[in-house]
Amino acid sequence: MLRYLAGRLLRAILTIFLVIAFVFFVLHLSGDPAMMILSADAPPEAIKAFREAWGLDRPVWEQFLAYLFHALQGDFGNSMRDGRPAMQLVLERVPSTLAITVPAFALKLLIGIPAGIYAALHRNSLADRLTMMISVAGFTVPSFVLALVLVLVFSVQLGWLPSAGSDKPTSAILPIVTLGVAGAAILARFTRSAMLEVLGQPYIRAASAKGLQWRKVVVEHALPNAAIPTTTIVGFMVGTLIAGAVVVESVFAWPGIGRLLVSAVSNRDLAVVQAILLLVATTMVTANIIVDFVYGWLDPRLRRGGTRGR
Amino acid sequence: MRALHGIDLEVRRGEALGLVGESGCGKSVTWLAALGLLGSRARVGGAVRLEGRDLVGTPVAELERVRGRHIAMIFQDPSSSLNPVHRIGRQLGEALKLHRGLDGGAAEAEARRLLDRVHIADAQRRLGDYPHELSGGMNQRVMIAMALAGQPDLLVADEPTTALDATVQAQILELLGEIRRDSGMALVLISHDLGVVAENTDRVCVMYAGRIVEDAPIDTVFEAPAHPYTKGLLAALPELDGARRVLTPIAGVVPEPWNLPKGCSFAPRCDRRVDACEAAPPLPTLREADHRVACIRA
Ligand SMILES: Nc1ncnc2c1ncn2[C@@H]1O[C@H](COP(=O)(O)OP(=O)(O)OP(=O)(O)O)[C@@H](O)[C@H]1O
Ligand code: SF4
Ligand SMILES: [Mg+2]
Repeated sequence: MLRYLAGRLLRAILTIFLVIAFVFFVLHLSGDPAMMILSADAPPEAIKAFREAWGLDRPVWEQFLAYLFHALQGDFGNSMRDGRPAMQLVLERVPSTLAITVPAFALKLLIGIPAGIYAALHRNSLADRLTMMISVAGFTVPSFVLALVLVLVFSVQLGWLPSAGSDKPTSAILPIVTLGVAGAAILARFTRSAMLEVLGQPYIRAASAKGLQWRKVVVEHALPNAAIPTTTIVGFMVGTLIAGAVVVESVFAWPGIGRLLVSAVSNRDLAVVQAILLLVATTMVTANIIVDFVYGWLDPRLRRGGTRGR
Repeated sequence: MRALHGIDLEVRRGEALGLVGESGCGKSVTWLAALGLLGSRARVGGAVRLEGRDLVGTPVAELERVRGRHIAMIFQDPSSSLNPVHRIGRQLGEALKLHRGLDGGAAEAEARRLLDRVHIADAQRRLGDYPHELSGGMNQRVMIAMALAGQPDLLVADEPTTALDATVQAQILELLGEIRRDSGMALVLISHDLGVVAENTDRVCVMYAGRIVEDAPIDTVFEAPAHPYTKGLLAALPELDGARRVLTPIAGVVPEPWNLPKGCSFAPRCDRRVDACEAAPPLPTLREADHRVACIRA
């Protein structure tokens, strides 16, 4: 068990390292921040001074080693825009992003999973077809289109909710709904097919044959088993809590990580982009590890280091 | 699509009945239909009488009280008939709670006794195991134990040994026979192997393409088979006394259920076929009090 844990941790660290390295080289080889920050027609001396100040004149690998060296000590560089520590800038935005992604996540679970279960249990019924139609619409319509439709209806036509910004308590509603609907649609489909797969298994028929009520068969023999594949997609959704709202935050001018990322990328604010992606990679990897453990907990066949063998 | 065409089948109290026929002829569907286990999209007509009570069209709640308690069923693939995420003890406990109202310590003691009953060694430890930690034969024993939990009048064993290797097969069949002798429970043994059925039951129903074509005591079937299909099955069987003989499997294949011939469904493969065979499906007729055949030339 300990060896498994250590191996898992090592792989996680390696993944994060690769992400950092990849992002670092792509960013540093794909354009000059000096031009963006100072504007292209700045005097050459100013540009030269800027590049020296940020170490951009040195070879890329040397910059990378320096970055790693500092990062290991908790220093992720400063924003080229306002000079503040990049990680601090990023972490300040986390609560704002979580304020929409966490409720949206709850919405996905609360709508998507029951809808999927219901559809599977009433396969081919009108309710099933309707659910699946809505679900297809839910994830084929891009989120910015959905966002615009919601704005048109609830802000422009009805005037109930603000169309953008974050100044009123109701401002979060449309971003949350936009995020939640798409995710719920995906989850509903996934849950439905997981349930159908399980309901077709011989142990379901066997459980019915021994006289168990259908409700109990579903609750005790279908749901726990269908939860196993569903965990994958739910885990993935946990992984996107930090960075899954880029489009929605941009459309609704919501001051979260996603919007910071967009502006940092277009400004070539390297340290900030790096810090965001590091955070994103870390959440993804953490979510993955959690999923692995939930798997082991849900499925005895995958349990490692069990108390007895065959 | 119609899978069954008028199954007339009677199981008497304590009797051991065999049900044989090639794959796809409807052996499983017959019993699943009787217990209402075919799912909501299947239509079942006719009557299934349990001690005079008709099960067809009864509310599900009532069928649920029949399942496991009056008629229990075990299946072909024991390892996938047990839920992989629950321990053996829990799955047994479920049946004990359901049929006998047992809980906690009493349920555990009874579960242990049942595992002993089906000759699983180290029962206490096995209760804590998951199905994947047991072999196929062990899982089938667990399934049998679970069926016994309801103290059923009839156990339907649907090809209980096809997924198991030869020695284990024999052990499971022997166990079924032993339990039947001890408990007086009736047994329906579904198999495509006439030999297996002969050794373990008193009477056999031969099914072909959704119909019972011959129904007779085992001895009659072996000494005086009447239906050409039964004769074909016998010819494909090695001699019981070990004498070597060339096996002659029946030529041709079972017709698809949606593409049955208009007359006798065995006609395309039958060597005794005459024109009259293709007029209408032959009706089952009694040759003797306990021998029924559906063939115009029998
Ligand atoms: N749930 C169901 N509803 C309706 N028809 C079914 C169902 N399951 C199977 N059938 C059909 O019924 C026919 C008989 O199948 P059945 O499983 O009873 O055959 P079998 O004799 O048990 O064969 P095997 O030896 O392979 O188990 C097949 O054509 C099959 O396609
Ligand atoms: S009715 Fe005719 S075709 Fe059918 S089994 Fe008898 S002889 Fe053969
Ligand atoms: Mg079958």
